[in-house]
Amino acid sequence: MTVMEQRGAYRPTPPPAWQPRTDPAPLLPDAEPYRVLGTEAAAKADPELLRTLYAQLVRGRRYNAQATALTKQGRLAVYPSTTGQEACEIAAALVLKEQDWLFPSYRDTLAVVARGVDPVEALTLLRGDWHTGYDPYEHRVAPLCTPLATQLPHAVGLAHAARLKGDDVVALAMVGDGGTSEGDFHEALNFAAVWQAPVVFLVQNNGFAISVPLAKQTAAPSLAHKAVGYGMPGRLVDGNDAAAVHEVLSDAVRHARAGGGPTLVEAITYRVDAHTNADDATRYRGDAEVETWREHDPIQLLERELTARGLLDEAGKQAARDAAEAMAADLRAHMNKDPALDPMDLFAHVYAEPTTQLRDQREQLRAELEAAAETAPEGGTHR
Amino acid sequence: MTTVAVKPATMAQALTRALRDAMAADPAVHVMGEDVGTLGGVFRVTDGLAKEFGEDRCTDTPLAEAGILGTAVGMAMYGLRPVVEMQFDAFAYPAFEQLISHVSRMRNRTRGRMPLPITIRVPYGGGIGGVEHHSDSSEAYYMATPGLHVVTPATVADAYGLLRAAIASDDPVVFLEPKRLYWSKDSWNPEEPVPVEPIGRAVVRRSGRSATLITYGPSVPVCMEAAEAARAEGWDLEVVDLRSLVPFDDETVCASVRRTGRAVVVHESGSFGGPGGEIAARVTERCFHYLEAPVLRVAGFDVPYPPPMLERHHLPGVDRILDAVGRLQWEAES
Ligand SMILES: Cc1ncc(C[n+]2csc(CCOP(=O)(O)OP(=O)(O)O)c2C)c(N)n1
Repeated sequence: MTVMEQRGAYRPTPPPAWQPRTDPAPLLPDAEPYRVLGTEAAAKADPELLRTLYAQLVRGRRYNAQATALTKQGRLAVYPSTTGQEACEIAAALVLKEQDWLFPSYRDTLAVVARGVDPVEALTLLRGDWHTGYDPYEHRVAPLCTPLATQLPHAVGLAHAARLKGDDVVALAMVGDGGTSEGDFHEALNFAAVWQAPVVFLVQNNGFAISVPLAKQTAAPSLAHKAVGYGMPGRLVDGNDAAAVHEVLSDAVRHARAGGGPTLVEAITYRVDAHTNADDATRYRGDAEVETWREHDPIQLLERELTARGLLDEAGKQAARDAAEAMAADLRAHMNKDPALDPMDLFAHVYAEPTTQLRDQREQLRAELEAAAETAPEGGTHR
Repeated sequence: MTTVAVKPATMAQALTRALRDAMAADPAVHVMGEDVGTLGGVFRVTDGLAKEFGEDRCTDTPLAEAGILGTAVGMAMYGLRPVVEMQFDAFAYPAFEQLISHVSRMRNRTRGRMPLPITIRVPYGGGIGGVEHHSDSSEAYYMATPGLHVVTPATVADAYGLLRAAIASDDPVVFLEPKRLYWSKDSWNPEEPVPVEPIGRAVVRRSGRSATLITYGPSVPVCMEAAEAARAEGWDLEVVDLRSLVPFDDETVCASVRRTGRAVVVHESGSFGGPGGEIAARVTERCFHYLEAPVLRVAGFDVPYPPPMLERHHLPGVDRILDAVGRLQWEAES
């Protein structure tokens, strides 16, 4: 038989029937971002929760304004504001139980403060006297993370370790829309799904990564859609609707706690201020766009709902403003003091035991400082 | 002879001009990175390029350093000459896999058939009050990777000349931009930029007889200042600006050290396992009989780059350099 004849006789066997490992349909996000405020769902929202959210949003807005003002006075090296994104920041902190962990990005100071970290300690990185001001174990908040998306695998590892130990711990990790392009985002989501780790990923899609709009960042239908590829549910939520963000994150945290594995939540929001105080946003966007988002402001949305339901009156608003003002005054008072800095701290905490090289270098600096103190006895400040 | 107006320009402007001229001269040159398009880069070094050459030639990429450098490898394989921007020193680290596993060794592993003419621009170093991850000096990692050129300008003219040379190079070049010199001004003639220097030549910035300060990038102006200050103490210091760390210009460095008999290496990155150790060893190997004192190093401390409020205690300054210069008299004392 020739080869050709053999070929003619060949009947390919069909491949075994292919089955998707997971049914993708339940993992897919809704077509529209989930909303509560201004919809029928709002009637079911717990009034106490709404009031708490409101007070915290007002406080958060004031915190952003105060921190931004502190950059102008040279008290902070830089501040990435979350004005307009307060609903995401606050909900992220409020849905966690005491034993849970928060993994913030460099922008998420507000979530860190809402979680209970001292406002001054939360700003240490941005003031520039130390890289992390707070004890991560005290409130279970990882250090504010500057390299993008690198905190996400940490969150997965911590949650995984806690589960291995049999502890009831959920990790909530925050990342920006730009950060979802980093390789670490992919690796974290993949690990989390394979390990069924109790993690919630919160993407704050605020429209821009510095100057780059989402359209240049991804071609996905939404960032929440990315979840399906990893085998976890993706949820899309209106990031300016505090009640909706709180509900969606609570669901995801509950799901993780119950052993259901990770969820990817995309909150659609907007960065009203520039990327940081050092950025010039007029180079990449127009005022009109910002204005439409101002009309969809998280505080106003909640205020309207509360007022309509008779849960908030002028006195209530004033009380929230007063509390926020007191926080701001306190923050100013603390931030306007020069931090006590010891140059010798350079050598503290590099290793558990300093190396011989570091001991030598420490002595070198000590000698230099002593010599300098002799020539300038009045001494200088460290600023 | 016509005299051309020599105007002050910043290093950032000279870099922009170098990119623009390179893109105009060769359609294969593509600029890419985070925020390099509409914004013109966070330091505005790519300002105007997207407008002039289109977004296909000056591209805002997704936010992924490994992706930026990895796709640049493929583009270079297909005949383009990518110039990529890593936004800040410490944000280049996600790209190290591509840099070390592929960019640096593609020529070697393909027996020379697949060279990669990629320029990797990395703003580096401290002194600008940046928060964590915005002030690293990573040159030792790059220097330790065979297959890469590593260059760093200290003057406006060199910023132009070296960047043109880097883009023209058929090998990958890590182009380290001392970010605290971005706004430093020099008299520079943008109409007739200095002839493009080949990569690998050091230059004597200031001649002197008593000792040589060997330095590069952000430490060059500090050494120049130290040399001026040292005059009061009777020291006539020579300052050698390396400009290129790989390849290393043994000739210029050793000629200087042989003349002066004493040397101090100055840089911001840590001294342990840092560039200074390599430089001191090379100088000692080649100039042992000329040396009146051991080659000393003045460097940053061996600590993670400190927060901005402490960085002035970390960065090598004039006093620390003068102190080392004083210690070069050791032989007379012993
Ligand atoms: C690995 C890495 N690359 C680059 C940067 C510089 N950088 C800081 S913030 C930023 C944009 C981040 O955008 P996004 O993730 O959308 O978060 P947002 O700032 O909008 O909250 C960039 C590029 C960084 N911090 N880390």
